[in-house]
Amino acid sequence: MSCNEKYIKRMHDYLDGDISAEDESLLRRHLEDCEDCQKHFHELNRTITLIRSAERMEAPAGFTENVMRKLPTEKKSVKYKRWFKRHPILVAAAIFFLLMIGSLSSTFNQGTDQLVVSTQEELVIDGDTVIVPAGVTVPGDVYVKNGDLLVLGTVDGNVTLFNGELLDSDSQLEGDNLMASAGGVNGDLETVDQTFEWIWYHIKNFFKGLFSF
Amino acid sequence: MEQFIKKKIIQVKKGDQSAFSDVVAFYQDKIYQHCYRMLGNKHEAEDMAQEAFIRAFMNIDSFDENRKFSTWLYRIATNLTIDRMRKRKPDYHLDAEVKGTDGLDMYSQLASTERLPGEEVESRELQRYIHHEISQLPSKYRSIIMLRYLEEFSLKEISEILDVPLGTVKTRIHRGREALRKRLRHV
Repeated sequence: MSCNEKYIKRMHDYLDGDISAEDESLLRRHLEDCEDCQKHFHELNRTITLIRSAERMEAPAGFTENVMRKLPTEKKSVKYKRWFKRHPILVAAAIFFLLMIGSLSSTFNQGTDQLVVSTQEELVIDGDTVIVPAGVTVPGDVYVKNGDLLVLGTVDGNVTLFNGELLDSDSQLEGDNLMASAGGVNGDLETVDQTFEWIWYHIKNFFKGLFSF
Repeated sequence: MEQFIKKKIIQVKKGDQSAFSDVVAFYQDKIYQHCYRMLGNKHEAEDMAQEAFIRAFMNIDSFDENRKFSTWLYRIATNLTIDRMRKRKPDYHLDAEVKGTDGLDMYSQLASTERLPGEEVESRELQRYIHHEISQLPSKYRSIIMLRYLEEFSLKEISEILDVPLGTVKTRIHRGREALRKRLRHV
């Protein structure tokens, strides 16, 4: 059976549908001449037929029901986890948003009661009110946080108000001085006194910080 | 049918547990039979087949719907049976023969109650004999022969199921066929 090895390999390749046309015709020609190989090939084919006829089995009765009964009932946490896995971007956005609100509200609340004023010595502080006295010119920008501003004199720069308002000088002073003492601001006046604007202000700063990286 | 299963899998993924029962019902005989042929024991086969479906359900999110579900499921089942065979205690191995005949006994009982005509009994015995001869093959040949000729998977699919290179699958199927040829040539 010495001729076999090579041809037996070809038989198996043939059975696997993995044979070149050339090898296949070589095999065919050889099988016509060689009785041993013919027998071997026949046995192989018969073996396959026999394997295919091996008995078929059915799963025991109630198999599906048993499996279904054993499945873990989905816990809520599993459902959430599943949902999280499927929507990673939404989850990331939600977490980002929560953190942002958290950090904003903490900075927002931190200094609510405290009056913060820019450092020009001409400014007079009376309780929660910052006063630019009449006849005085305050150089540079004025910044007031958590307090009101009353301008009787002149501010030579921008005014920024956080959480406070610009008081009307009318209500504070009477009659005659009105014209003479009318205060002025030689620059932009910006009032930021609502939570939303506060947040917006921080978001702007946050992104400025982000993109500067 | 592929399409039907695909639809059911998508439903299961969405959290519809009951859709899975159709999947189990469709594959139960095949998977049970596969486990039985791997393990040669009915109780173990039932346990492992159930476990395979449960694992498939638990890991359904990791299944890619664009691939063939049966390949994935057989892979789970095959790995489970191989693990089980490895975990068998040594004494379990000694009575492997007994287990084979145990299976035969159950079937002969079944045959006697049904009073099959002589010819059918004969073919049934032949089938049982073939089954027995297959079960005597080393498991690495047995799994491939079974997947190829009893479950009709392609060699490439078998290489995926068993996570074995295609070349190895070919070598093993050649050897498995030769071994069975020698065992069955006198039938």
